[in-house]
Amino acid sequence: MLRYILRRLAWSVPTLLLVTFLVYIALRIGTNPVESYKRVNPRASRAKIQQYIDVNGLDPNFIQGYFKWLKNFITGDWAPSIKGRREVWPALKDAMANTLRLGIAATVVGIFFGLIFGVLAALRPGGRRDVFINTSAFVGISIPPFISAILLQLLFAVYWQRWFGFSLFPTSGVYPAGHTGFDLFLMLKFMALPTIIVAIQIIATYSRYMRSSLLDVLNSDYMRTARSKGISERRILIKHGMRNALIPVVTIAALDVGSIVGGLIITENIFSYPGMGLYFLKSFGEGDFPLLMPWMVVIVASILLFNLIADISYAWLDPRIRLE
Amino acid sequence: MTEKVLEIRDLRVTFETPSGPLEAVRGVDLDVSAGELLGVVGESGSGKSVTFLATMGLLPARARVTGSVLLAGEQLIGASNKYMRSVRGRLLSMIFQDPLSALNPVHRIGNQIAEMLQSHQDLSKRDAEKRAIELLDIVGIPQPSERATQFPHEFSGGMRQRVVIAIAIANNPKVLIADEPTTALDVTVQAQILEVIERVQERFGTAVVLITHDLGVIARVADRVNVMYAGRNVEQGTIDSLFDHPSHPYTRGLLASLPEPGKQRLKPITGFPPNMLNPPKGCAFHTRCEYAAEVCKLDLPELQTFGDLQTACVRAKELPKAESRV
Amino acid sequence: MPGLTQGSALSEQNEKVLSPRQMALRRFVSHKAAVVSCIIIGVLALFVILAPFTARYGVNQSVQAPPNSFLSPRSNAWLGTDDIGRDLYSRLIYGVRVSLLIGLASAVISVTLGALVGAVAGFRGGKFDDILMRVTDLFLAFPFLVTLLVVRNVLGGLPWLKPLTGEMNSVRFIIVLFSIFGWMGVARIVRGQVLSLKEREFVEAARAVGASRRYIITRHLLPNSVGPIMVALTFSVVGSIIGESTLAFFGYGPQAGDGATSLGILVGAAKGAVQTGFWWLAVFPCLMLIIVALSINFIGDALRDATDPRLDRGA
Ligand SMILES: Nc1ncnc2c1ncn2[C@@H]1O[C@H](COP(=O)(O)OP(=O)(O)OP(=O)(O)O)[C@@H](O)[C@H]1O
Ligand code: SF4
Ligand SMILES: [Mg+2]
Repeated sequence: MLRYILRRLAWSVPTLLLVTFLVYIALRIGTNPVESYKRVNPRASRAKIQQYIDVNGLDPNFIQGYFKWLKNFITGDWAPSIKGRREVWPALKDAMANTLRLGIAATVVGIFFGLIFGVLAALRPGGRRDVFINTSAFVGISIPPFISAILLQLLFAVYWQRWFGFSLFPTSGVYPAGHTGFDLFLMLKFMALPTIIVAIQIIATYSRYMRSSLLDVLNSDYMRTARSKGISERRILIKHGMRNALIPVVTIAALDVGSIVGGLIITENIFSYPGMGLYFLKSFGEGDFPLLMPWMVVIVASILLFNLIADISYAWLDPRIRLE
Repeated sequence: MTEKVLEIRDLRVTFETPSGPLEAVRGVDLDVSAGELLGVVGESGSGKSVTFLATMGLLPARARVTGSVLLAGEQLIGASNKYMRSVRGRLLSMIFQDPLSALNPVHRIGNQIAEMLQSHQDLSKRDAEKRAIELLDIVGIPQPSERATQFPHEFSGGMRQRVVIAIAIANNPKVLIADEPTTALDVTVQAQILEVIERVQERFGTAVVLITHDLGVIARVADRVNVMYAGRNVEQGTIDSLFDHPSHPYTRGLLASLPEPGKQRLKPITGFPPNMLNPPKGCAFHTRCEYAAEVCKLDLPELQTFGDLQTACVRAKELPKAESRV
Repeated sequence: MPGLTQGSALSEQNEKVLSPRQMALRRFVSHKAAVVSCIIIGVLALFVILAPFTARYGVNQSVQAPPNSFLSPRSNAWLGTDDIGRDLYSRLIYGVRVSLLIGLASAVISVTLGALVGAVAGFRGGKFDDILMRVTDLFLAFPFLVTLLVVRNVLGGLPWLKPLTGEMNSVRFIIVLFSIFGWMGVARIVRGQVLSLKEREFVEAARAVGASRRYIITRHLLPNSVGPIMVALTFSVVGSIIGESTLAFFGYGPQAGDGATSLGILVGAAKGAVQTGFWWLAVFPCLMLIIVALSINFIGDALRDATDPRLDRGA
């Protein structure tokens, strides 16, 4: 097991290199970093521009340039952002922390309720409860998150204020403007609406996964064997049903980071929540290469990491899978 | 006559289906005596599995079950879920057709047996595990203590069926129902599994109900036979009398289609089993019976005793004697 | 199993034997939500095709002389007006027209492309198949919006693609962009389908009599993949419509030259209307997008159930 993990980690290095190389090319073509720099800093001297090109590895030759960028990236010699020459790492670190907070909250809430609803639906397939849950989940996935964000924001933030004189949930940021220090209650209040919006998607997705997975399991022969043993329904469901039903769900969950991050990006933008999504959209809009590349590295690395977690948890849950 | 452990009377099972009610079992009467091996034969769809699933209380909730099933004198039809749970696995056990999927893939073999023991006996985990290993030994699994820690996918089909048997007999039940336990297995393995079942029957005095398509299997191991057709039992009796002078035309057809050394041609029964959504009136076999007459289409024939056989055929007395096969 | 005739109890059950297509149709019709959705989409399509008659104003026309901006719903503007006094109801019709066009066009292109690539990959296997799977894995693992934006900019940044894609803010560009995105999912589906069909006898038989690869693909494999392809097509339409809205929402969508509009542009404008409280500008475009997305999804779902032979059991 440990050897497998180490080998997978070793393998992820070339993957990471290849993907970041592709990303490097895509960003060079797509955002034209040198032009963006000149646009943002119209009065930059020739030497300044050359220095910008050197630190970021923006040589005309993509391969040479990539390795230059890589060397500087690994040695920690990161270029500052093109706008305002801000340090990249602190900004990235803050964004990661904020997104992790929102992402973990939404994922925990989402998977918890998603699994519960999925189980409730699967226990009486075709019943009224099942139809209700399944249809709601279907509607939930069909509605893109920015639509639900707009509508919820309109209702809870704007009209709530008009009707009741106070706003139930704030619409932007982590804290009100000018707030300093840590305040859990305030933070939760600010996080509530974005969390709900990301969680809705997760609930909808996972209740459907869980439902179909559990239905398969409930119809399986070994469940009949379990019933013929005369053990309680509760024990049958938990010991024999859930464990098997969770195998595919856990695997999908770990592979799903991409779409969860996608939902986060959109939601963060709408709520001006200073996380990875807002960071990306801002720096992408400005063609800020020094900010974008590290962001991409973080995203690619976390996708690879979660892939590994998916495989490990799969093997852990299912004795038929051996990690070699 | 020995003590009856299982007495089924007028058992009826109806499923609500999208195309209307389907009466899969239509008044079955059947007895199992202590320690005997009863064979149940019949074509696919004749209601063999449904009869015994109803006995176990394992049918889906949309199935309507009426009649009477007495297990050691206690009524099972209409009994509380709690009581049925205490019966299942303790007094009544069932083995299903496909051993490959009958075991939970994520739990160790030993634990799956121990679960059966602990749910009906007050045993510590250690004792249950020890007993599980003994059971694996009884059903003929070599190196039982190592095998107990393995998972189902590490066992072959035949070995898994042995494990399933070990689970079923763990609490020394009064009746063991084996629903086509060998159909999914190789011929050589089939024989071994039958041996295990016979051994269990002899060693523990367990009554066994062996459901099968295969009259050859019945001939080899059963004491008595029960023939089912279209949700009813049409003939029952001891193995010798049934094979020697079958009375019901359906049983005769079954025997005539049995391959035998020295026989040139098999004579399969022509036609198809009836559609149970809309079974033929009267004797359900009249659509295929070579002795069918108008009288057969009137009423459902009841089981009647003819010598040492019980037969549900209105013309049983008039029929020509079947040629002896023994 | 010696001794017993093996007959199916079901053999006499269906008095009338239905062809697979009839059975699929029957299953589809039994989905009430899908039937309602078909009607909704049909009505929408009619409204949109007959835009010159159904719209009350031109796309760029004000409902009345100023002051006309941000009028709430009223008799001369059923769904209210926007910042420069244009009728939201009429603009929704024009917008849905453009969005449906984008959705249909890119779905048709990407499904055609994906079906071909997927069939070839599934059939040939080997390197081509490996690379295809890797590339699509990569795209599917990334957050969709990120890939979408990056690929959009790459497309726009390659001058030699100009003749194909047109300007970055044109509707044509959007269609090309979503075609590029859509084919991958379809290719994977068709590839899987081909791999399983390949095992079946009739393809073996066709091979045995020396049929050419192209013949087998066009005559056997593609027709048998029609069900999944249709499902993919339906979901691809929604994907493109939502994708266009997402792009527009973040300011990367088609530009409203000459006041032309799309569902995405209208939804994008809704963002600004939230804080100011002009609810109609947020609610109606959002509702319209929900209705369109939901209806097409329901249709796709029912199509999937209807054409998936795994669900044949029962009933
Ligand atoms: N859960 C169910 N719902 C509806 N009909 C059922 C159900 N289970 C069984 N049936 C029907 O009941 C009838 C008898 O089925 P049963 O499984 O008892 O046959 P069997 O004799 O065991 O056949 P086989 O030899 O194939 O196992 C069949 O017509 C079957 O279609
Ligand atoms: S009752 Fe009539 S139809 Fe039925 S088995 Fe006897 S002879 Fe044949
Ligand atoms: Mg059966």
